[in-house]
Amino acid sequence: MMLADVISAGLLGVGAAMLVIGSLGINRFPHFYSRLHAAGVVDTIASGLFLAGLAVHFGPGLVTIKLLLIFIFLLFTSPTACHALARAAYSSGLREPESEDER
Amino acid sequence: MLFVIAIAVLVAMALALLRAFLGPTVFDRILAVNSFGTKTVLLIALLAEASGRGDYLDLALLYALLNFIGTVALLRYTEQEPRRQGQP
Amino acid sequence: MKHSISLGLLLAILWWCLSGYPKPLLLGLGAASVVFTLWFAHRLDVVDHESHPVHISGALLAYWGRLTVEILRSSAQVIGTILSPKPAIAPYFLRVKVGQPSDLGKVILGNSITLTPGTVTVLVNGDELLVHALSPVSGEGVSQGDLDRLIPADCERQA
Repeated sequence: MMLADVISAGLLGVGAAMLVIGSLGINRFPHFYSRLHAAGVVDTIASGLFLAGLAVHFGPGLVTIKLLLIFIFLLFTSPTACHALARAAYSSGLREPESEDER
Repeated sequence: MLFVIAIAVLVAMALALLRAFLGPTVFDRILAVNSFGTKTVLLIALLAEASGRGDYLDLALLYALLNFIGTVALLRYTEQEPRRQGQP
Repeated sequence: MKHSISLGLLLAILWWCLSGYPKPLLLGLGAASVVFTLWFAHRLDVVDHESHPVHISGALLAYWGRLTVEILRSSAQVIGTILSPKPAIAPYFLRVKVGQPSDLGKVILGNSITLTPGTVTVLVNGDELLVHALSPVSGEGVSQGDLDRLIPADCERQA
């Protein structure tokens, strides 16, 4: 087994663990707004680690540029989708049940 | 090794689907489906490595695009009150 | 004109990265679609300093570095919260004043706050952001304006 393979497998493994943790958070957190934060972990860190692991496996070349493009695209769209969700939920009147006060 | 990672991603996808079925509000469901879509992109990328074909990454890129546009399009349907004047 | 040329170059590089075949037919199709997209963007009137900020590319790199550190730090925190047997969360909304004068600066700040796990920008209202935080620990940095101070000040000086 080569060194690159070990690094790639390690990054992929940590990324996959993050994915599972993020999905676990979506199910464990009590209300919509807190679930939003759990999904944020998945989108930023896990996809970054996962695509980095794949890039190490493929080595430099056009394929790696494509992986970078996917990463940049996820990096730009995931906060936008997250913000659109929060905004739509807020403007439709969804509030946090226990903490009505806006500190 | 790749097999184990693929199983982990599938478990994460199943958990996201669970929230999509359970979610009390429509926003919980959209959040879960959006997260499911992100994991699909990563699974397709993993498939590209497992099969050794970089071409599959084009599909992953396309799916990332569709996922974002689909989420935003779904959210348009949830807007009930007319948008207030002067709000960005 | 400056922005059109840089957009055209960017599109051509993008085509090359996604295709990668030096065949005359494919290169011709690529050139045609670049020209078509440029014409389309001009008809939509979206080619300006805001949609295509060439002038801040260098200054933002340092900011992205700091943002990455911030993201790693706070996601470790959120992961710890998810994995703890009894998640100790105290979600709340907070309002912060933005120091950014330009729209572009506000967008960068809002997106950065959303990108950092534990905080989400909900509404942008004038120079005020409504932010939702998972716990006081996550919201602390936002209310003190840590990221706000790091954004390059000359975001929109030259248009």
